Amino acid sequence: MSLDPSYLEYPHRRRGLDHDLFPWSALHTRPPITWPNGKRVAVVIVISCEFFPLTPTDTPFRAPGHMQTPFPDYRHFTARDYGSRLGVPRLVEAVAKVGAHASFAMNSRWAARFPDLARSIVAAGHEVVAHSTDMNGTIATGLPEADERALITASLEVLHAVTGVRPSGWLSIARSQSWNTPRLLAEAGLRYCLDWVNDELPYRMTTPAGALVNLPLNHELSDRQIIATCQQSAASFKEQLLDAHDWLDGEVDAHGGRLLPVHLTPYISGLPYRIDAIEQLLVTLASRPGVWFARGADVVDASGA
Amino acid sequence: MPNPPAPSDPQLYDPIPDPRPIRWPGGKTCAVWVAPNLEFYELDPPPHPRRKSWARPHPDVVGYSHRDHANRVGHWRMADAMSRHGFPGSVSLSVALCDHIPEVVADANARGWEFFSHGIYNTRYAYDMDEAQERAIIEDSIATVQAATGQRIRGWLAPALTHTPRTMDLIAEYGLDYTCDLYHDDRPGRVRTASGDLISMPYSLEVNDHYGFFIYNMSPREYARALIDQFDRLAREGQNSGTVMCIPLHAYLIGQPHRIGPFEEVLRHIAADGRAWITTAGAIADAWRTGGRAGE
Repeated sequence: MSLDPSYLEYPHRRRGLDHDLFPWSALHTRPPITWPNGKRVAVVIVISCEFFPLTPTDTPFRAPGHMQTPFPDYRHFTARDYGSRLGVPRLVEAVAKVGAHASFAMNSRWAARFPDLARSIVAAGHEVVAHSTDMNGTIATGLPEADERALITASLEVLHAVTGVRPSGWLSIARSQSWNTPRLLAEAGLRYCLDWVNDELPYRMTTPAGALVNLPLNHELSDRQIIATCQQSAASFKEQLLDAHDWLDGEVDAHGGRLLPVHLTPYISGLPYRIDAIEQLLVTLASRPGVWFARGADVVDASGA
Repeated sequence: MPNPPAPSDPQLYDPIPDPRPIRWPGGKTCAVWVAPNLEFYELDPPPHPRRKSWARPHPDVVGYSHRDHANRVGHWRMADAMSRHGFPGSVSLSVALCDHIPEVVADANARGWEFFSHGIYNTRYAYDMDEAQERAIIEDSIATVQAATGQRIRGWLAPALTHTPRTMDLIAEYGLDYTCDLYHDDRPGRVRTASGDLISMPYSLEVNDHYGFFIYNMSPREYARALIDQFDRLAREGQNSGTVMCIPLHAYLIGQPHRIGPFEEVLRHIAADGRAWITTAGAIADAWRTGGRAGE
């Protein structure tokens, strides 16, 4: 028994990272960031607005939350559509109660299906982040470059046509990229993406098409991870997010402004038995001195990344 | 060494727990050691015929960047909390981290932490290596850590917990003292190899933060409670014969902002208890040996 000799060769074993997508940098060694008006912790609420087609295409993979039963999966189609129809308005109201502006990561087909809701979200001062076309619009190695470019273009054009604004931010489905994605996003004129979860402040990626900022949208702090994957209650989700805020706020004096991303999924958090905990979370955060509810683009601006 | 036969029992240790009591220094009842896994995962590693490195096709953005959080953010948050309460680390090290991000290794070394090997990368698995290949990763580990830290590694935790049937024989032959790969006891014990004895150093899967958060799906406060319960019980049983509690950590997990606060309460609890001998794996191995239990 023996492994191929190449298995013990390490061509990328060198100073720094093993790829050129972005340089290594330790958070605590960077100059402290000061948020506008002396705020301490930027809270970025990202609400995913997803449309799951009744027929999954699985190219290149099936999105989390997608159809599961043999066709036709009315159970999951309608439960996801419940999130869009009732969950999103509940979350919009929860955000409005604390006077926050949030980032809504929209599938372009979601915006086209709910155009009045999408436009009212923009009119209320929220940001539209491009979130692919629909939940069949997944990206990974194996998706041809031309198809990926077309998907990005279609998402941006439809979102622009429906909402009147062209997004500057991009969230891939399941945060999954191909090797080409950062370059294609930069080529499409996007300023930032929300896919890489390795940091706690925005940082600059390097692509052959120019700079792209990554705003780390911590999946560990998402309702999907804590409630759907780890099977914790909404009350525990609230407690964990408040614990995170406590800790981050405690780092500000020594290290500068911090970022708390709150990633919410309408069919998870927008349910009657969970929405109260979400509202309490936002109300509690709003009551804490130094919290700045900011849209993703605002944080990218203020971070100087 | 020829390929050993495949036995039904690895026959590395006595099945019956050693009844002779262990006494830790200072009358402490539970030796507590913290094992931060300082790791490097490759974004695009070569495939291993027996195990996939990532759940998705490369680049697995979330899989990789989640772990990369440790070396950008989590390590310092975790290490500062440990230092505040007087806990040294005994580091399970992907030794290539010495080349990629020496800042992390230097920080751990400056804190007085001990290093043992966790392979070259946590994306390179030992299954199916021949003897020369396995010797190569052991020799690489010894040389790389020596050059980066001045320390001679004394222990081994197989890379991503992947072994061959000759791993124990080889690490004993190279003079290592302890293995962290056996989970059969709450106390150190003798491990028989073809090259002499090793010490089995109690590590832990069950209270490993990875198990806590992703096998048992615990909230941060539930995990903290589990660690305190583990300590309280082991400290009580240690009145009869000293026990060992290991807290195996990954900074990309425990160093997240919602987890580090509850975890710091654990460190505060154990440090204040009075029954804990807060130490390193190497010191535990030495104390156990002084008790006369090796080579008997």
